[in-house]
Amino acid sequence: MMIDPLSVFLLLLGASTPILFAALGELVVERAGVLNLGVEGMMITGALAGFGAAYSTGNPFLGFLVAACAGAAISMLFAALTQVFLANQVASGLALTLFGLGLAAMLGKPFEGVRAPAMPAGPLRINWIVWLGLVMVPLVWWFLNRTRSGLILRAVGENHEAAHALGYNIRLTRLAAIAFGGAMAGVGGAFISIATVLQWTEGMTAGAGWIALAIVVFSNWTAPGVLAGAWLFGGVTVLQLRLQAAGVAVPVQLLSMAPYLATIIVLVAISARQKFSRRAGTGAPGSLGTNFHALR
Amino acid sequence: MIQLVPRQSASNTWQIATPLLAVLATMITGGLLFAIMGHNPVAAIRTIFWDPLFGMASSYSRPQLLVKAAPLILIASGLAIGFRAGIWNIGAEGQYIMGAITGAAVALALYPLEAWWLFPAMVAAGLAGGWAWGMIPALLRNWFGASEILVSLMLVYVAQRIAAWMAFGPMRNPQGMGFPGSRNLQQYPSASNPELIAGTGAHWGVVAAAFAVLATWFLMSRHIRGFHVRAAGTAPRAARFAGVRPAVLVAFCLGLSGALAGAAGLFEVAGPAGQITDRIGVGYGFTAIIVAFLGRLHPVGILLAGLLLALTYIGGELAQLTMGLPAASVQVFQGMLLFFLLGFDLLTRYQIRRRITA
Amino acid sequence: MQRRTLLATASAMMMALAAPALAQDEPLKVGFIYVGPVGDGGWTYQHDQGRLAIEAEFGDRVETTFIESVPEGADAERALTQLALAGNQLIFATSFGFMDPVINVAQRFPDVKFEHATGYKTAENVATYDARFYEGRAVIGTIAGHMTESNKIGYIGSFPIPEVIQGINSSFIHARKVNPDVEMRIVWVYSWFDPAKEAEAANALLAEGVDVIMQHTDSTAPLAQAQAAGAIGFGQASDMAAFAPTPRVSSIIDDWSPYYIKRVQAMLDGTWESGSSWAGIGEGEVVIGEISEAVPEEVRAEALALRDAIGAGEYHPFTGPLNKADGTVWLAEGETASDADLQSMNFYVEGITAQIPQ
Repeated sequence: MMIDPLSVFLLLLGASTPILFAALGELVVERAGVLNLGVEGMMITGALAGFGAAYSTGNPFLGFLVAACAGAAISMLFAALTQVFLANQVASGLALTLFGLGLAAMLGKPFEGVRAPAMPAGPLRINWIVWLGLVMVPLVWWFLNRTRSGLILRAVGENHEAAHALGYNIRLTRLAAIAFGGAMAGVGGAFISIATVLQWTEGMTAGAGWIALAIVVFSNWTAPGVLAGAWLFGGVTVLQLRLQAAGVAVPVQLLSMAPYLATIIVLVAISARQKFSRRAGTGAPGSLGTNFHALR
Repeated sequence: MIQLVPRQSASNTWQIATPLLAVLATMITGGLLFAIMGHNPVAAIRTIFWDPLFGMASSYSRPQLLVKAAPLILIASGLAIGFRAGIWNIGAEGQYIMGAITGAAVALALYPLEAWWLFPAMVAAGLAGGWAWGMIPALLRNWFGASEILVSLMLVYVAQRIAAWMAFGPMRNPQGMGFPGSRNLQQYPSASNPELIAGTGAHWGVVAAAFAVLATWFLMSRHIRGFHVRAAGTAPRAARFAGVRPAVLVAFCLGLSGALAGAAGLFEVAGPAGQITDRIGVGYGFTAIIVAFLGRLHPVGILLAGLLLALTYIGGELAQLTMGLPAASVQVFQGMLLFFLLGFDLLTRYQIRRRITA
Repeated sequence: MQRRTLLATASAMMMALAAPALAQDEPLKVGFIYVGPVGDGGWTYQHDQGRLAIEAEFGDRVETTFIESVPEGADAERALTQLALAGNQLIFATSFGFMDPVINVAQRFPDVKFEHATGYKTAENVATYDARFYEGRAVIGTIAGHMTESNKIGYIGSFPIPEVIQGINSSFIHARKVNPDVEMRIVWVYSWFDPAKEAEAANALLAEGVDVIMQHTDSTAPLAQAQAAGAIGFGQASDMAAFAPTPRVSSIIDDWSPYYIKRVQAMLDGTWESGSSWAGIGEGEVVIGEISEAVPEEVRAEALALRDAIGAGEYHPFTGPLNKADGTVWLAEGETASDADLQSMNFYVEGITAQIPQ
């Protein structure tokens, strides 16, 4: 049975967009040295806020804008806890997911059963937001590697003590990164509600935020890596479903495990290269997951 | 200008006062939330915090607190030791699932054999399964320097898919009318983990959780390993001179927390849950991380934090039942509680001083 | 032995706790536990509509409560017990995974009546109920067979369990009856509700050349994708009228209210008895949603005639001659499938080329 690779690729583009946005956001957050496990909570917030705005105004693009703001707003809860109150990042992120899922479910009641306005197709009949996601990849890369702000952000993530000694504002940098991560997760979530499902339902992100976290690890903390990861994770699902549709029996559970195992292998390979060759590679940011408190 | 100054050691007064303050703050904001939604705030708060303990049906819900809290406490006790040493196992959920699977596998392979040793063998298999799943990130960190945070998290996803595979494939109940899920171990006397004393809710998992609290307290305060753990956490360089071998410590902490999570999974699958399904992991492993931090990584704190979270779960159900509060608002309430507890924790670790600016 | 005695004592205690002292003028309390949130727009939403129908029908004579989003397993057992302790005399458990918890709790509360949806275990005080969704599938299969131009129909399956396989077979048989060239493409998503994945599944089917999509999952994502591709689909569980008149050309609706009203009436009359109900179109439990103007008049008439024939009991959707996919004879000429055969159905009928995942 032949399967047209182009058709798989087109499916893949749509399927990987929500996780691509969320993972690009989380990439910037982690490069600033912050591990925010609340991606799922921010995505669902964006999914609801975006849908609500798109439905109320009839403008889907306004929906995405509102979703970005809502994602950024709820991420500030996490930011306040970890950057101001110096609470543990892992626990705070998990709490954010719990809170976000509950809040969206509670506020979403009025939007149940109604339908989002249709989105005009973009160039090549591919959704505008899919294009935006693809454009964000080089933008994030450029920001991280070619701008002064990106350099500061990476310095803060790599070694916050040293960055502080150089006079950079750790807290402000991280706040900005967390807000960006929240906005991107919000847009990713809104893509599911506005472009994919066209309705709001509780729990509709169904774990996409957790996949985004895996993608960042797979990417080795680089923007092109995030795109590759989003396509790998999205691709395995798409391919598996596409094979099923063509009547090929596939071991679904075993296949869906594969990208996670691949992520672990990538992580180990990169860590090993850093450890044994002592070459400065990218790898996990040095201060990832630890809080910073300046004594002076 | 306000300034935070770290305390030399955590303040005793604030240790006790902050959780109380956090709960109070949650009650106020949560009460406001419920009031806005048109419910009686006082009744809602009472239903969540008071009724499970002293309400009408409390003779049932009090033991259920133990059932709900036991896996959280068991897992969090193990995690806290690693967290104190700066070793971050956030994949307890995966270790929990693998312990449930390996433990249940022993019983399902030997079904319908009845023997006194079956349940102990299952516990051993559950411990081993969780231990092995925890050792993967330990070894990958020791050999290749791979971050245990990320490896252990990735292994959660793998474990979830193994559970789904088991429920639909190798472990599917042959008499289950084609539905996914294994045989129910509650109906297999030698393999089941029932209530030990009627009306107490206490099954072997509760006993194990109590034991874990005592053992980890002993380990951390009286044993040389506990000293190593604390030394590695506070002053890693100095710890090396004191004879701490980091690789051994990593393996010890991840192995121990994995084994305890695995045991929790086994006790749950053989007892309250009953069978392996694709949804055997219900998030205890992640919630336990929160419990460990709420309990300030101290055994007694973990015990109380586990019970507090269990209380909000059960009280939340009661609030749905008696007041018609939607499940989502209860979830929001729990989220608030966690935020306040995590935020107020600042007061135990830092002093707030007003900086005198010249 | 000892464990048994302990359990017996436990149940005696529970009974004492329950004691539903019911005065004549007090309303009948009816409890529900739901596996998902009421706002899922599908399975749980429809059960909650049934609950509201009870309230509308009986007014002050009943009082209903529900607990939503209850995970299957240990939490379900506690939620059921809480409902029983709160004085509910009739309790509906609306997911297959609640089966063993229902049986356990029912043993402890012999005076409370339990109703379990889609399961197969009954007891003195536990009845089961299910709907013959395959009857509705026959009707929409007929519409699909007429409407397809590419002669390829797609089917999004949740889990490979008998209920879903019945639906696939029934819709295929009737699509092929009106269109001998029809092929069926089946995709399993291993979830009842995962909008993103359902959308991907729909897209995979559309890429395969499918122009009619049937779904046994609860979200509207497949309809949204079908619309973008100019294909059609059917509402599932609820009417999904927001997508009418196209892509949603009709729907298969779960309507539990006739059964719920009947059982509550039986409780009020004191005539409640255990049993297994498996009702369909005739009893109004499976409803075919409005067939939109996108469907030609003669197709609509044929579909409605089929619906009425099934409803009147004149026609059984599984009537021989029918062979299994492997070519062996299943039903001889004029023979109809037994309920036992259907309830453990794990094969496709002849003509479907796919394999059921094992």
